[in-house]
Parts: sequence; structure tokens; C-alpha cells
Amino acid sequence: MRGYLPDFDVRVPASLGEALALLAQAPGTLTPLAGGTDLMVVYNAGRLKPTRFLDLSRIDELRGIREAAGAMTFGALSTFTDLRECAAVHRHFPNLVKSARATGALAIQNRGTLGGNIANASPAADTPPSLLAYGAEVELLSVRGSRRVAYDRFHLGYKVMDLAPDELVAAIHVPLPTGRGFHYFRKVGTRQAQAISKVCLAAWARVEGGVVADLRIGLGSVAPAPIRARHAEAVLLGQALATLPIEAAQAALLEDISPIGDIRATARYRSVVTRNVLGHMLRELATL
Amino acid sequence: MADRIDLTLKVNGADHRVSVPPFARLLDVLREDLRLTGTKEGCGEGECGACTVLLNGRVVNSCLVPAVQVQGAEVVTIEGLADGENLSSLQAAFLTHNGAQCGFCTPGMLLSATDLINRCPNPSDDQIRDGLSGNLCRCTGYAKILDSVHAAAADGGAAR
Amino acid sequence: MIGASSIRKEGRAKVLGTAIYTDDKFMPGALHGLTVRSEVPRGILRAIHFGEGIPWDEFTLVTAADIPGTNLVASVVDDQPFLIGIGEEITHSQQAVLLLAHADRHLAEKARRAVRLEIEELPAVLDIQSSLDLQTVIYGDNNLLKEIHIAKGDPDPVWAQAAHVVEGEYRTGAQEQMYIEPNAMLSVVEPRDGALQVTVWGSLQCPYYVHGALRQLFGLSEKQVRVVAMEMGGAFGGKEDYPSVNGGHAALLAWKSGRPVRLIYDREEDLACTTKRHPSRTRLRTAFDAEGTLLALEADFILDGGAYATLSPVVLSRGAVHAASVYRCPHVRIHARAVATNTPPPGAFRGFGAPQSLFAMERHMDICARKLGLDAVELRRKNFLRMGDTMATGQVIREDLDLASIMDRALAAIGYRDKRAAFAITNQEDGPIKRGVGFSVFMHGCGFTGNGESHVASVAGVEGLADGTVAVLAASTEMGQGKNTVFAQIVAETLQVPVEQVETAEVDTDRVPNSGPTVASRSTMMVGRILEDAASGFKQALVQQGFLAEPYTPESFRAAVAKAVATLGSLRCYGQYHRPPNISWNDVTYQGDAYPTYSWACYAAEVAVDLDTFEVKVADFAAVQEVGRVVNPTLAAGQIEGGVAQGIGWGLWEEVTMQRGRMVNNQMTNYIIPTAMDLPRMQVIFLENAHVGGPGGAKGIGELPMDGPAPAVVNALENALGALRLDEVPMTPDRLLDRCEEVSHG
Ligand SMILES: Cc1cc2nc3c(=O)[nH]c(=O)nc-3n(C[C@H](O)[C@H](O)[C@H](O)COP(=O)(O)OP(=O)(O)OC[C@H]3O[C@@H](n4cnc5c(N)ncnc54)[C@H](O)[C@@H]3O)c2cc1C
Ligand code: FES
Ligand code: FES
Repeated sequence: MRGYLPDFDVRVPASLGEALALLAQAPGTLTPLAGGTDLMVVYNAGRLKPTRFLDLSRIDELRGIREAAGAMTFGALSTFTDLRECAAVHRHFPNLVKSARATGALAIQNRGTLGGNIANASPAADTPPSLLAYGAEVELLSVRGSRRVAYDRFHLGYKVMDLAPDELVAAIHVPLPTGRGFHYFRKVGTRQAQAISKVCLAAWARVEGGVVADLRIGLGSVAPAPIRARHAEAVLLGQALATLPIEAAQAALLEDISPIGDIRATARYRSVVTRNVLGHMLRELATL
Repeated sequence: MADRIDLTLKVNGADHRVSVPPFARLLDVLREDLRLTGTKEGCGEGECGACTVLLNGRVVNSCLVPAVQVQGAEVVTIEGLADGENLSSLQAAFLTHNGAQCGFCTPGMLLSATDLINRCPNPSDDQIRDGLSGNLCRCTGYAKILDSVHAAAADGGAAR
Repeated sequence: MIGASSIRKEGRAKVLGTAIYTDDKFMPGALHGLTVRSEVPRGILRAIHFGEGIPWDEFTLVTAADIPGTNLVASVVDDQPFLIGIGEEITHSQQAVLLLAHADRHLAEKARRAVRLEIEELPAVLDIQSSLDLQTVIYGDNNLLKEIHIAKGDPDPVWAQAAHVVEGEYRTGAQEQMYIEPNAMLSVVEPRDGALQVTVWGSLQCPYYVHGALRQLFGLSEKQVRVVAMEMGGAFGGKEDYPSVNGGHAALLAWKSGRPVRLIYDREEDLACTTKRHPSRTRLRTAFDAEGTLLALEADFILDGGAYATLSPVVLSRGAVHAASVYRCPHVRIHARAVATNTPPPGAFRGFGAPQSLFAMERHMDICARKLGLDAVELRRKNFLRMGDTMATGQVIREDLDLASIMDRALAAIGYRDKRAAFAITNQEDGPIKRGVGFSVFMHGCGFTGNGESHVASVAGVEGLADGTVAVLAASTEMGQGKNTVFAQIVAETLQVPVEQVETAEVDTDRVPNSGPTVASRSTMMVGRILEDAASGFKQALVQQGFLAEPYTPESFRAAVAKAVATLGSLRCYGQYHRPPNISWNDVTYQGDAYPTYSWACYAAEVAVDLDTFEVKVADFAAVQEVGRVVNPTLAAGQIEGGVAQGIGWGLWEEVTMQRGRMVNNQMTNYIIPTAMDLPRMQVIFLENAHVGGPGGAKGIGELPMDGPAPAVVNALENALGALRLDEVPMTPDRLLDRCEEVSHG
């Protein structure tokens, strides 16, 4: 344990209002703490700067998964286990269930939260591709009020977010998919469990009359932040399943991604495998 | 400078009160303050699972849980699985089927297996692999651990 | 008793969580020790600066200047200092420079970060090739830590005449033992009777290695040093020689502070600075006649030995002796070298050099078969060693060896013929998944190489206890392999009492004699044999002194022991290693009986490769071995399964990534060992064939399972994917992609 304990203090607000007020008092000096599965690792390794934490774990307003008005709302403190155990999530968002199951192992899934997964802003996080594929919106809250940001505009660069220092991620809203849907999720990790993604791809498509009427593809680990594959999507929209331009989409994908090489995979590996996984996804889509 | 907090928590059914820094790890509270050294540290990064305990009935990596978040919580550690001298069926099965070699992963493994059997009394190989995938074992190649969990399931579950 | 699956002796404490590992031992008033290390691979230490904001006067600090005895770790060659002093040369990035201790472990950590080392950097040698190039000389005058030649016949005239000559180069990477319990040491140093008394408790495989190291470090006599092996959370060779270093460090801090000291590494430190498997490069050249009979073999076997000799000489010698593997060959030349680099010294890891040279040879045999247009099974069958054949060292096979039936058994278990035929068709289909089967045939020499056993001259004993039970006295340590149980079984068998009447004594150098290090798969076979003698002597003593009459029951035996102990005060009987007749070895010429016997095996693997992601799944695995008599089938199977898991990991995922001589993936999340989801169910099959040397006919099994999986898996990859350049492990997805692209780009 390399963290120096006396350097780390914590505030434990009893309510959401108190939490927001504390954040507003001295914006940027408090670090929100949810399940701790990202923060505690950095802290244990002695790589976290001395800070004061704001423990969110007792704020019930940030919990719960609810369905209303054609969308599902996930409180920021929803854990991966909450996602796995919710029947409605299985019904509407199979990719999110797969993301949750692919995150670490059970002990991590019991503690790690959706809000933390987003706000940690790792390009290798596993729920963001699914959230991007489902067209999620993030609800941000501060004493100044609440606002919603389309999730595909939330990440602005490596660990840069559209999130002010006095704001919390309060909830994630995901519209319920309609029509004849296609759901695809694939994580290529360093091993079969307890693994960090080297490539992650999630997609959702609506098919009408044998044609791709709607499509979103989310990608992880191939850019400074989770991204949509907009070029590839554009090539595929409106195309007939029988004649999907798979190679053209794979070529367009290269304009979407900007992978780097690190200790987990080379840039070349990431780029080839993303292309292959897209091909795999499209061959499955073609058989819908 | 962080002030210590008065932490009350229930461990293996007994109430405890300790004064610790708010960011002491649950792992260290258990091992150092309560001297329950059955819970092990293999990595301190949430990866190995040797520090697994049940927190309010769910498996967690105690190296990733700060004291401040377990105020009033219930914790079960390896020391809480047996009933006096009587091993739980999982403990007994790990003993007879060589599920523990060096034994360092064993406390965490047994807690994950206990949780698994509680949720899923007759698990398949794949369900066991999934349930134990956060507990790394370097000695067994997992084969005898799978055998042990199956044997315990056949013997009527985690508790006895 | 021998042959029964007796329950693990210390198993109950392990499942209850009451087994006491080093970090679990409570020591009131203990300080927490930490190590400050150089971060550059090579340079001269100019100064140590102590930063601001730390109450340095509260700290115990130890530098090289404080060392009371000799600042060299006792090992095969005494070349490694415990600490580098000012003005001395730093030779790798993890070199210890300063030790510090404080009661507050968090403050100690903060202090470690406040230390700044002033180092004048020197050019470093970071890999095998640059060490061979001799542009920079960092060790002796040729960068060689050890060199070995093994010769049989003369290959030179053969090359020109042979129908086929096949050459190949193979590489293997470093591998981390990744015992789940990181290295840990506790120490107390106190004055006793006007002299120093040094005690170390730790996670260590070889108490008498640490004992010797501490004596040299402090300049003390045998009686002044005591080493106790605590319950050990895995070792696999990783706690063979390193504990002499961190054990010394803990003792230095305890001595300087006068307080108990805990020196517990965290995972990052353990990964960065402790020993690994030696990286290797092997060049092979083989000649065959037109029918595929092996005529000549030449091997150039090189290990990266890191900055100091440590165990490299002995790792090299095992690797060299195994280089010709299980094949009959009239003309053999093996040139083996361990070269120095500015990297943390590698050390022992299950297999000890043999996995490296066997990977090369078993890959090479498949490649030879392809090049000769022969079947890999038949090529091997034609060339297997048999009774009466001579190995490269001149050792004659004296046992009724039948490798072909071991191989056939493994191939049948995996369904080799049917699967090869089926995959040949299904792999033609479009999908991304390609399947293959492959195998390897290999041996592992039991016990030390050459004269090792004679040098150690191990002693072990049995002792009667007041309650009539018997204790095993041996310095062999329990690391999960089951030594406590197996020793008890062997002694119980000899004494003809139930295994419950035998326990193993705590491994404490004050109580147990030196039965040698717990390494080289030697405990069951070598120490077990000595214990058989000791137990027989013990029984005879009871009979001769009138305490016991034959025939006897377990109860009367127990009563006899209790009475003997009450009457005599104590009753102990020791046995000692004797070199078996007809065994000889020459350390200079490397000729003779390299090992008293060998374990033999064939491992077969089925793989599925996903060409979208280059991920490899091992779908099935069969491990067939002949290991003499199996003392405890359940424990033995556990050894094989665990070893196979490590072997598969080494073959596919486990990579130590070095940058500037430093491991940069030194976290568990970045060094990939298999989880329960990554491994298949394995078939483990023992073919028993009692060996005369070991107790009840047992040979060694601990290391054998490490040798076969990597070549079997990579051979299966070639079957799945065709002739790619599959010459290296780990064959990670990245590397596999590269190899596939080499072919598609020509
Ligand atoms: C062993 C291990 C395996 C893992 N495997 C995976 C994996 O496979 N896939 C994956 O995606 N992740 C993985 N993770 C990372 C981690 O579990 C997830 O990112 C998790 O979702 C983080 O959530 P948390 O609640 O634990 O976050 P915390 O650690 O509490 O916080 C993470 C960050 O988010 C901020 N934050 C948290 N909540 C809010 C909020 N409501 N508003 C604003 N900011 C907030 C915090 O300030 C911090 O910067 C793994 C972690 C470990 C230790
Ligand atoms: S010590 Fe907590 S997961 Fe390894
Ligand atoms: S038994 Fe040793 S790590 Fe699992």
C-alpha cells in the first residue's frame, strides 16, 4: 500500500443536495468517490495526488434503475451487478448486460458503478461502447441545475469530459430501442476474464424491410476516449442486409480510429482486430 | 491531515469498534486492527482476489474498499465460514479434493465459492469458472478447485 | 500409504484461514522495512540525497557501509552485493542501495519516495545479442557467466553427407513465477551470551541457503543464525535464491534498529525486482538420413543471465543436458552459454532451463518432419531413446524405456488422428476459427544435475515424540506441492503405521538438519529415500533397545515410541544421501550420468485460433507421464495440472515487457496469468514404472509438467494455421498477427 493515509480526507454527505453544495463551495478540490474500483487502485499504488474525497456511496438519489417515457434511467451508482440482475436491462439492452459481465470479475462488478465507468474516462472502459450504441444521454447535476449531454459528445479527448468541476454524473438515460433490432457486443481483452480491453465494439441496428434503417457503433480502446464509428456507420446506413458493403465499411472505419501501441497491444493489432470484429459483426447482421 | 474515524462494523457476526484513518483499506482493518489474518493480500490492485470477503452479502476485494465506506456494514471473512470445529462443506471439499495447494488463494477462493453456491446451488463447470474468475490461483490450474466446488454442491451447498 | 491419496497435512489450517504465512505473524513493536533501488540499468552511485519533510532521525537507515560481514550474497558464485555503496557500480535497474525502516509503514513509503540517488550513468547491455557483441563489457572479460560444452561423436563430417540438414532458431521469453504471496521476511537480531543471534522467518524454499547467506553477511557461526520457513504462498523456484537477498536485507535492518523488522514486498516491487525464468535463444542444426533417422545434432543454447551469476550456471547446465531431448543421436555438440546483461538477475523457475531447450527441440522436430515430408509422430518414433542407448553426456539408458507407448497413449487421449483428419477439412471453411492438435515428447532429469547431490550430502531424520507419534526432520519446505503429506506417507509406510501417526516438524534450522534445498523435483525422490533409511533405522533402534517387538500394531508402536522417549529423553535417527552405485559424473567434461533417472512424458494439446482476434484457446489437453511410483495420486495430479497451467501461460500470454532494463508491466493486471476461464479441463494420466532409486519407486514430478505444454500448444498452432514462423513463446495475439502478416505479405 503506497498511498500516504494522512494525505487523504473524505467528506460523507448524507444527501444529494449536500453533496452538490460541497462541490460548489470549492470546485475542483473534491474527488467524487463511488465504488472506488478505479480510485483505490491508483491510491494503493501511491499514484494518486493528495486529495479530499466526496463519498457518494450513501446518496440514495443516485441509485436505482427505472423505466419511464420510452427510456431507461440508470442512477450513476448503478453497479455492474445491478445491470446484470435487472430483467428489463436484459430485455432491452443485451449489450449492456454483456458489457457488465465482461467488466473485471464479480467482486469488481459488485462495487464498480456505471457513473464511475463513464467519469473515469478510460478509453478502455467496457460500458461506453454499449452506451454509445444505444444513444445514451448523461444527466449532469450541480447547484446550478441539471443538464443533459448526448453521451457521444461527453468525451472530448483523453480524460477530458464535458463535466464541470462542480458537477456530478447523476444518471444515464438510454432510449428503449424500437423496431427490429440487432445487438452486438464483443470485447477482445488480454484474457477471458479479469481483463482490460484491447478492442471493444458494440453496435445496435434497426432493420426495416431488409435495410439498415438506423445504426450506431461504439468503440473502446482504439482512440483517446470511447468513440462512435461515424464513418463506418455512414457507409452502412440505408444498405440492404443482402449486400452490405463490408469492405467499404472496414475501410471507412480506419478514419474513425486512432489506436496507440502500449504494453497490452500494438497499434497495428488494435487496428486489424477492430476491422475484423466489425466484419464479424456485419456478417452476423447480414444473417438477421 | 485526515482525522481518524470511529468505525463500527460486524465481522463474522461479532460487533467491532475501531479507530482508523478514513482511507484505511478494509483489508488492513481486518488484518491489522482486528488481527484476522486469514484474508490475504496478493496484489492490492483488485486483480488476484486473495483479499475477497463478503460485504453485506456480496463478494468484494477488501483491498479496494476504504474504511469510510464500511461504516455499519456486515463482513464475512474466511474465519467466519466454519462452525466452530466443523468445516463448511466447501472447506471440507477443498480439503479432501486438494482444492488448496499453497493455500494463499484459498481464503478468497472459498468466499467466492460460498457466494457462488449460495446463488447457484448446482453450478456447471462454466458457472464455477465465471464465479471464480476474479480469484487467481497459480498452483492448481483450477482443476481440483472445480472438483471441490462440485463435491460441495453435491454435498448440499455452502453451509452445513 | 504410498499410493494413497492421503489428505494434505496442513490442509485444514489452510481452509480455515489459520495457517500462518510470514506477513500473518504478529510481532509487537516491529518496524516496516523498505528498499530504495537504483532506477538506471548501469552507472556509478555518486550520492544519496535525503529529501525534505521527512523526520529522518526517526528512521533506521542501512547502506553498504554498515554491513558487518561480507557484502556478497552467498550463492554458486559470490558476485552479487547486498547493497551498492557510494562509488560502486550499479549493474541493473533494481539494485538495492539503501534500506530504511520505520514503525509507520505509510511514512516509510513516503520516505522512500523522498530519497534521490545521484548516479552517473554508463552504457548498458540489455539483451543477449548486445552482450555477445562485446561492444560493452560488463562481466569478466567476455560477458560470459558460464559456458558449457557437451560433445558426443563428431557432427562435422555428417552435414555434407546427410540427406537432410534442418536449421532453426527459437526464442523463449522471461516468465514470472507469480506465486500469489509476494516475497516476505521478518527478522530479529538480538545479543545472546555476548554474541549476536540472527533470526529470520520468511517465505523461502531453502532455509540453509538463507542460513549460509546470513552467516556470510554478518560473519557469524552456524549456531548464531536461525532461519524458519513459514507457511508459503507458492514459490515455483521464485523463492529459491532471492530469499538470501531480502532475508539479508531484513536482518540488516533488524540488527541496526534493534527492533523486529518486517520486509514485505508489494506486488509491484516483487514483479520488478525478483527473479524470473531466463530468456533464451537456441539455434539448432540437425542432420537426417533419407528415412528420417537422426544422424547429428548441434545446439547453440544461450540464456540471458542478467547482472550476476546467481543460479545461471546450474540453470544453464540443466538446459544444456536437456537440449538433445529424448532422441538417439550418434553425433551431438552442445554449446551453452549464460551471458550477462544489465537486467535484474533471473533465477530458478520450475523446469530450470529445461523448458527453454526443450521448447526449441520439440518445435524443431515438428519443423523437421514438415521439411522431410514425414509425419511428426513417425519421425519421433523412429528416433526415440531406448534401453541401452547413450545420451549426449554418454549416460546409458538402463531402464526399460518405451517412449512410443507414452506418446501413443497421449495421442489416443486427445484423439490426435481423428482430429487432424477432421480439422484438415473444417479449416478449409471460411469461418475465422481454425483448429489444430499438436504434441511434445520430453523428459525431465530428477534431482540435481551431475554431482549436486554429492556436494550437498543431504541429511534428514525422524524423531520420536512424547505422545508416541513420529516427526519428520527435514529442511525441505512446503510450498503447496504436498511435501508434508508425502514425507509422512513415506515414513508411515516404512514404519508400517497410519499416516496420522507421522507429522512434519516445523522447518527451523535450529531443529531440522540440512536435507538440501527444496528444488529440482528432488524432495520426494532424494529426501524421501533418505527418510526411508532414517525410518528403518528408527524402527531398528526401537527393536534393538527392547522397546518394540515385531510384529506390532500401530498402537503398540505408538506406546513403544512414547516409552522410548520417556526413558531416553529423546530418540532421533538420521539418514544421509549416498551416491548410488554405477553412477558417475565429470563436471569438467560434462560426461557421465547427468541424473540418476528421468521422468518421461508426452503432452498433447488441441487449440482453436480465432483469426479475427488472434486469440488462442486451448480446447483440450492430455498429459501422459511416466514418473515411477506415484506416492499420492491426488497431490501428484494437482502438481501436473498446476504445471501445465503455467506452461500454457508461458506459451501464450505471459510476457515480461522490459524497457531500459526494467519490467514495465509489473502489475497483475498487465502480466497475464490464466484465470479459471482461460484453461481447459485436463486429462492427467500416470503410467507407473517403479524406479529403484526413489522411495517405493518414486521419481520427481514437480518440474516435468512445465516442459511440455508450450511446444505442444505451438505445434498445435502450426497444425491449425500452417507453416508460419512460430519460433517463439509467448505466442501472444500480437505476435501471431505479425507471423500471419509475414506470410500474407510474402
Ligand atoms: C481488477 C479490476 C478490473 C477491472 N476491469 C474492468 C473492465 O473489465 N472494464 C472496465 O470498463 N473497467 C474495469 N475496471 C475499472 C472500474 O471497475 C470501472 O471503471 C468502474 O466502473 C469504476 O466505477 P467506480 O464506482 O468503482 O469508480 P470510482 O473509482 O469510485 O471512481 C472512478 C472515477 O469516476 C469519478 N466518479 C465516480 N462517480 C462519479 C459521479 N457520479 N460523478 C462524477 N464523477 C464520478 C471519480 O471521481 C473517479 O475519477 C476494473 C477495475 C479493477 C480494479
Ligand atoms: S489483494 Fe485485493 S485483489 Fe489482490
Ligand atoms: S493454491 Fe496456491 S495460489 Fe491457489
